[in-house]
Amino acid sequence: MQQSEQETIARRISREELVRELRRFLRDDAVLYAAEDTRPYECDGLSAYRRVPWLVVLPETTAQVQRIARLCFENNVPLVARGAGTGLSGGALPLENGILLNLARLSGVLEIDPLNRTARVEPGVRNLAISEAAAPQGLYYAPDPSSQIACTIGGNVAENSGGVHCLKYGLTVHNILQLKVVTIEGELLTIGSSALDSPGFDLLALMTGSEGMLGIIVEITVKLLPQPERAQVVMAAFGDVTSAGAAVAEIIGAGIIPAGLEMMDNLAIRAAEDFVHAGYPVDVAAILLCELDGTNDEVSEQILLVRDLLLQAGATEVRTARDEQERLRFWQGRKAAFPAVGRIAPDYYCMDGTIPRGRLAEVLNRIAEMSREYELPVANVFHAGDGNLHPLILYDANTPGELERTEELGGKILELCVEVGGTITGEHGVGVEKINQMCVQFNEQELQQFHALKSAFDARGLLNPGKAIPTLARCAEFGAMHVHHGKLPHPELERF
Amino acid sequence: MSNDLTSELQQQISEAYAQGTPLQIAGAGTKAFYGRTPHGEPLSRGAHRGRNKYSPNEHVNSAPSCTPLAEIEAELATHNQMLAFEPPHFGAGATLGGTVACGFSGPRRPYAGAARDFVLGTKILNGKGELLRFGGEVMKNVAGYDVARLMTGAMGALGVLLEVSLKVLPRPAVEVTLRKDLDESRALKAMNRWSGLPLPLSAAACDGEHMFIRLSGSTKGVKAAGQKIGGDVLAEDEQIWERLREHRHGFFESATPLWRVSVAPGTAPLALRGKSLLEWNGALRWLKSTDDATSMRTLVERHGGHATLFRGGDRDGQVFHPLPPGLMQIHENLKRAFDPACILNPGRWYTQL
Ligand SMILES: Cc1cc2nc3c(=O)[nH]c(=O)nc-3n(C[C@H](O)[C@H](O)[C@H](O)COP(=O)(O)OP(=O)(O)OC[C@H]3O[C@@H](n4cnc5c(N)ncnc54)[C@H](O)[C@@H]3O)c2cc1C
Repeated sequence: MQQSEQETIARRISREELVRELRRFLRDDAVLYAAEDTRPYECDGLSAYRRVPWLVVLPETTAQVQRIARLCFENNVPLVARGAGTGLSGGALPLENGILLNLARLSGVLEIDPLNRTARVEPGVRNLAISEAAAPQGLYYAPDPSSQIACTIGGNVAENSGGVHCLKYGLTVHNILQLKVVTIEGELLTIGSSALDSPGFDLLALMTGSEGMLGIIVEITVKLLPQPERAQVVMAAFGDVTSAGAAVAEIIGAGIIPAGLEMMDNLAIRAAEDFVHAGYPVDVAAILLCELDGTNDEVSEQILLVRDLLLQAGATEVRTARDEQERLRFWQGRKAAFPAVGRIAPDYYCMDGTIPRGRLAEVLNRIAEMSREYELPVANVFHAGDGNLHPLILYDANTPGELERTEELGGKILELCVEVGGTITGEHGVGVEKINQMCVQFNEQELQQFHALKSAFDARGLLNPGKAIPTLARCAEFGAMHVHHGKLPHPELERF
Repeated sequence: MSNDLTSELQQQISEAYAQGTPLQIAGAGTKAFYGRTPHGEPLSRGAHRGRNKYSPNEHVNSAPSCTPLAEIEAELATHNQMLAFEPPHFGAGATLGGTVACGFSGPRRPYAGAARDFVLGTKILNGKGELLRFGGEVMKNVAGYDVARLMTGAMGALGVLLEVSLKVLPRPAVEVTLRKDLDESRALKAMNRWSGLPLPLSAAACDGEHMFIRLSGSTKGVKAAGQKIGGDVLAEDEQIWERLREHRHGFFESATPLWRVSVAPGTAPLALRGKSLLEWNGALRWLKSTDDATSMRTLVERHGGHATLFRGGDRDGQVFHPLPPGLMQIHENLKRAFDPACILNPGRWYTQL
């Protein structure tokens, strides 16, 4: 895989020496190297890529993170940060010659400030735990990835994660105020502030979504929002995917910003229904879940509008959740959709392209065609309001050649997203998974600019090497491979 | 009106890069007062025009950076949409590029977000004259580092903006402004208390004697919230928010240096000398003061904030809050990564940037 990039780093210390150095300031159980201890960290949420780590380190304080970074810097040891390991692009895939830095033990909620509506937390705090800690003040943290019971806020910042409610309330980047970051040289930087801006370049935005490539995030101040007075969900069923896609465009075009607007296709509906009995109709082509929140009056007004729009767009059934239990059940089905799909196939591969909302129906139909062509079922469950697709390709890794076919189909889907004016990743990040497709989305000079930017933080390339940004050599190889398989992808694109 | 000067601009930058000639990037010049004194050969994008690409159903507007802001806003209004960060123009002819390069945001900022929150993509020329595109026109995009947002508010120091794609939002159906007689300290408490409740707030300010609160949303929602908060409904023709945003409010008519102090919104009134006006629930505090910059900044820093000499005073001095050494190093490294010969708006931020 990324062997070539890794091998260019000449480590100046043996594992035994490094363990000894680390144990000078870390407990014995915070430095793991025996295969049985490190194997649980061999992959993140993208289990198709695995590598048993060379060394796993579990710091408990910022000062320890700084010392670890300094050791790495002095001895040329690569460093990969890891939160909960729920990432879906292999961003936390460990290295054979570097440290996997597990931040799970930095898990304190340091402060909830109700007047300024902020929470200051350590990176290992789980996403949902922030809202739980803020609930007594009537506040919550808005970005809610479906993995929110497990994923960490550090990982959320590193991926710029989104969630069901990001349509109205924004992504991670819109909901954080300040970061404390340890550089590879072991220095502690404060980026952003408790105010709404800070002097200089917008490093807060730059760090968000940087996939552990620029620094280790050790503290995060997030914005909290008042819990809405009322939230209500409307479920609409459609006889075909095209009209469901059109309904999404209608709602957004009508000037309504729902709190969430999600779509599931038949395969995903049936899987979720079997798994959690959410009460979805199982004989329809697609459902939309549209959540409206705000003051009581506002929500009542919007429900009427949305119902009309959905019916006009051809919904065969429109149901408003009768009570809070039913609302939560509707969402539970959506949030459990990935694991639910995991139950109907030995393996699934989750894609993450974003497209203009107006092209939803067209792209979904083309994905269906490709699915038939490759003879691999694809389930769709995604953030429709944002145009953020999550095609789940069902496959069996034990069938020879099926993973390769899956990856090829996935690549084709991402290239289709770029073709219609979108991007290869909306929220899951590039990691190791989409590194080849980066060569499709960006040209040589743009990739070189990314590398120069990375050097401004990490000139030796020790932080998460081989991820997120491909080397030009790799792109050349990928280009050649593509020509080999047939024709160049999208010769009509000006950049390629 | 289309007049693509990309290749001319590209050539001018490539030559300047080869010769190490400093360039000052200018749009309409409405924000020339901001930052340290510009110097260098003018790189004018004035004549660089192109078509504004507006997709109302996608909530996206992409335009060449020299498009007048007013033109974009007028077009959005025809579809009942807006730039939700309510950028100040600070003069006729303000351009999209200047607005995004300065990263200014108006009254809606604490609720809707800042300029950078709405930037989806940019096309730029870096300091070598390379034409690069980052981000795009879709709502979510995490491919590569977020250079589009990094460009926002960078004041041209990292690249010349050629095109910017912005997310736009529907206009609220109704807006009402309430006024209550409250001094600074009581207004700060009230504004932040209301902001912690689920109410359709969209702006909050205090001029020292009155608190102003704007509500935006549906007719019923705004009415209910107005009854909860109380106060007098302000006549629309008072244009309070526009006057605050454009610095046409009486407070700003003054030759005294104008400071922009940025702190956590709930911070109690700061012991600074001079007359002040609060916006953004208190997160933004305008201050007219001739006080010594160092002592003022020491105090503001103790509250986790920073102070900018926004207008007037010594434009060759430390206009922006000094950065700690570690952060300054990163800034210098980034500057070199995008502009290796240091020719783009040099010294506009700090002497070494
Ligand atoms: C069932 C399921 C549902 C999901 N749903 C969503 C969803 O709705 N929306 C969404 O956006 N994502 C979703 N994800 C993806 C994933 O949960 C997110 O990307 C999440 O933010 C990862 O957090 P983590 O703590 O698990 O990070 P990890 O997977 O451990 O790491 C992710 C990346 O961040 C880096 N990193 C982690 N912590 C730090 C740190 N402190 N400092 C610097 N770098 C760090 C790592 O090096 C790696 O590159 C889902 C995943 C699963 C399995």
